[in-house]
Amino acid sequence: MDGTTILETTGLAKWFPVRGGRFSEKSYLRAVDGVTLSIRKGETLGLVGESGCGKTTFGRAIMRLTEPSGGSIVFDGEDISKLHGRSLKRVRRKMQMVFQDPYASLDPRQRVRSTLLEPMLIHRITSSKAEAERLAEDLIEKVGLNQDHLSRFPHEFSGGQRQRITIAAALAVKPTFVVLDEPTSSLDVSVQAQILRLLKKLQEEFGLTYLFISHNMAVIRQVCDRTAVMYLGRMVELADTKTLFENPKHPYTKALLTSVPTPDPTRRKELAVLEGDVPSAVGIPKDCRFRSRCAFATEKCGISPPLVEVEKNHWIECHYDIDFDSHARRELRQGS
Amino acid sequence: MSQPNTQEGGDDVLSIQELKLKFHTYAGEVSALDGIGLSIKKGELFGLVGESGCGKSVTALAIAGLLPPNAEITGGDVILDGKNVLALKPEEMRLARLKDIAMIFQDPMTYLNPVLTIGSQMAEIPRAEPKLFISILVTHRLRQIDKQVNGAKPDPGLLAERKALAHALDSQNLRRKEMDQLTKSYAISLLKSVRLPEPEKVYKMYPFELSGGMRQRVMIAMAMMRRPKLLLADEITTALDVTVQAQILHLLKDLRSEINTSVLLITHDLAIVAEVCDRVAVMYAGNIVEVAEVDELFRNPLHPYTKGLLASVPRADLAKTPDSIEGSVPDLLSPPSGCRFHPRCPKAFEKCPSRKPSMIAAAPNHYVSCFLYGG
Amino acid sequence: MGQTEKNSVESRRRHSELRFALHLLRQNPIVMAGLVISVATVVLALLSNLLVNGASWHQQALTLRLCWNNPAFSWPVTNLFNCAGQVYPLGTDAYGRSLLQMIILAIPIDLQIALEVVASAVAIGVIFGSLAAYMGGLIDEIILRITDIFLAVPWILLAIVLIVVLGRSLTTLTLAVIITWWPWYVRLMRSQVIGEKEKLYVERLRMMGAGWPRILFRHVIPNSIYPILVQSTLDIGSVILTVSALTFIGLTPNPLLPELGNLSNQGIEYFFTAPWLIVFPGLTILIISLGFNLLGDGIRDIFDPRLRR
Repeated sequence: MDGTTILETTGLAKWFPVRGGRFSEKSYLRAVDGVTLSIRKGETLGLVGESGCGKTTFGRAIMRLTEPSGGSIVFDGEDISKLHGRSLKRVRRKMQMVFQDPYASLDPRQRVRSTLLEPMLIHRITSSKAEAERLAEDLIEKVGLNQDHLSRFPHEFSGGQRQRITIAAALAVKPTFVVLDEPTSSLDVSVQAQILRLLKKLQEEFGLTYLFISHNMAVIRQVCDRTAVMYLGRMVELADTKTLFENPKHPYTKALLTSVPTPDPTRRKELAVLEGDVPSAVGIPKDCRFRSRCAFATEKCGISPPLVEVEKNHWIECHYDIDFDSHARRELRQGS
Repeated sequence: MSQPNTQEGGDDVLSIQELKLKFHTYAGEVSALDGIGLSIKKGELFGLVGESGCGKSVTALAIAGLLPPNAEITGGDVILDGKNVLALKPEEMRLARLKDIAMIFQDPMTYLNPVLTIGSQMAEIPRAEPKLFISILVTHRLRQIDKQVNGAKPDPGLLAERKALAHALDSQNLRRKEMDQLTKSYAISLLKSVRLPEPEKVYKMYPFELSGGMRQRVMIAMAMMRRPKLLLADEITTALDVTVQAQILHLLKDLRSEINTSVLLITHDLAIVAEVCDRVAVMYAGNIVEVAEVDELFRNPLHPYTKGLLASVPRADLAKTPDSIEGSVPDLLSPPSGCRFHPRCPKAFEKCPSRKPSMIAAAPNHYVSCFLYGG
Repeated sequence: MGQTEKNSVESRRRHSELRFALHLLRQNPIVMAGLVISVATVVLALLSNLLVNGASWHQQALTLRLCWNNPAFSWPVTNLFNCAGQVYPLGTDAYGRSLLQMIILAIPIDLQIALEVVASAVAIGVIFGSLAAYMGGLIDEIILRITDIFLAVPWILLAIVLIVVLGRSLTTLTLAVIITWWPWYVRLMRSQVIGEKEKLYVERLRMMGAGWPRILFRHVIPNSIYPILVQSTLDIGSVILTVSALTFIGLTPNPLLPELGNLSNQGIEYFFTAPWLIVFPGLTILIISLGFNLLGDGIRDIFDPRLRR
């Protein structure tokens, strides 16, 4: 781990116990099942996948909002997987999260000013109340709202405005790392563009690193430097965004990309349909998780594939390097 | 100003003209629909696209007669297959909802009864008004029998059944028990037609046992049961994953070619519209601002809002940074005067706040409501 | 839209909630009746010392003296006692004091006990209910089991035992009712907090590094307390009923005490000879508790559908 990595997880896992049908057999819902990745300082790493893939659980696990069942999280050189109390609070100041639902993220009885001042109070950022107030005024303008909004209540604002308020509150403690969990999914398309632009501006101004979680491939493409694709608790592909979108190597990524409708009839191609539903994440068998829906599966896929660097800075969890047009497969060996 | 009728005016399944609608709330009157007009041809997949609060869902509710009590229609007509839906009495409206109009909503979990099996919920539909469904059920079973009979040696039982059914069809009379059996076989074949695996099993399942995509297919099957003239689909894939959404959209296209139902597809997602619709109308703040065929709209958007909307959609297939539209959606309690988009419009000029522009044909079959093009 | 227009839309919005509430209130005459009765009760309680001499209920002798002196119609018993010349609009109680005056003196006493009971129950309920819900685990189990024990014992038994053991006084009476009332509030608050603590803004506060006291006392409790307050309004009437029931069966500190249940107690003995003794105090209990019940119901109706909106 060098000075350019801000956060690194190794084999991070989060399993939820599920009570068995009879005789209390314990099985687990493996929401996150061994994810190893590292996030570089200053980048925006995208984490994309469909519902149930574990991306949100992953985000919450690295924020220690849920306790990891296994693996480690190293933030800024420090193992934070097992921290508690005061030491965890100290770390919390440096990592913040913005949630998906702007309507539920704010205490309805709390004015905006108080929402912005509270994190400063908790972490004793400022030495005087006046200084804190000035900081709050500064923040509210930075996110595109104005001073008289400070004395209002959340219900007086639209979804996009509320999201700006939560972003301002997250920045009040001057973090270095922000997890954005579907920050624009609840917003209209035109507002979405405004918020994404704001996030980019703030990233440059404050030198932030982002983990951008989303199910929306199009948004990920606009915003992220590198992208990781998750399926059923595992990371199945990781690459620079441009590479991932132009030359995906994992069959699931390819299926995802071809399922996304294009708002341009001239570039319309028949939507490729990925048959079947996502299988349950309870009691996952030993084979490749994508096997049941994969058009290219073979017998070898009865063993769970390792994470392989198929080309420079392009990792996939698959036994093969597949050419999607010709259907040719090249077997991969670890380290090849 | 209504959208001028197309050449085959008589072929319209739905024709809305100058529909105006208000909501009476304690904060005042919300002008939700400001004189909208559109027409859908038989067998057409018509997209109604707009952001939240623009009035697209309200339009669907107005067509189906499902508006809340504080809504008041202050003008206009909604003509469904020749009948003025707004003038119908409640009982007639109920029958129209049963037979002619089907509506599917965004969240199938809340629209399916959690304590009844899928089968019993589907069976409720013909049971509500058996007389209306006799023809559908009997003809369906007759077609099944014909397929079986034309193949191998005819089974005397089947022949007898066919005779009895033909008689029932003529007399429009069916015993309750036979009706139930026919309903069950019809329901199962519908579940099959929406590509549900093991439809007989699904028939006996409860909603919570199915995934979101499967539940939505059940809703589509239930809608198709009455062979409606018009299917209203309100944000039906918004809550679904993109791969499941692709399956559902694919299904809609197939169904449309098998059964000649017209579909009004309501969505905020322009990409869906591009994928499946024939024609599309763009709505903003209670007005329809542009109507055109899909290819034409995307190739040549005319209204500044449409252009702004298209530019702000992020693309998975291109590395283009989306633009945003200045400002925010107006408060319909006191909407802007004249053209409701003018406060945010980069091309606004003095005429815009004065009155609402009329809908004119700026290009063949391409209508727009904007002073830049006349009106 | 000009600035003045914007402001008026804003203020219209803010007033709309109030207007909606008032509209619902006006729409429902029963709730209005509840409001009127409750307000009248409180006003009467506050003014009671002005209307009636507060010391007049003390008497040296507990001599029997029943009078009914209503010119509208008379009652046989009057002839037995020396009642001539004095005006008793509602007759006298068993000791010859004007029943009307006694009732007026009783209202503030009953109301005060009711408010003390309700306030204590709310306080206990809020603290223990929210702790049980927020902490979970062992604390939750312990508090729940204690609550269950108290709920399992018939309340009247509990109250009687307490008063007998601790002696009769207004304080023990109040205490006895508090003991029977607090479990419901703990349960109610607990269920509210259990729901509230799962909300996203609570998670955001945790993410931010807020400690549990800050989250619980500054955020969760203020957002959960609403149904408790509604319930407490409803309960004022029910508490008065409960207290009256206890004094009615004889657990009063002083037989002379002007208290609605106590006055009714006297009425049992003389039911056939002087029925007004039980009718008027009983009617008063009925009207007051009904008034608060209706008001509480009305408040709940007004604010519940609004939350659903």
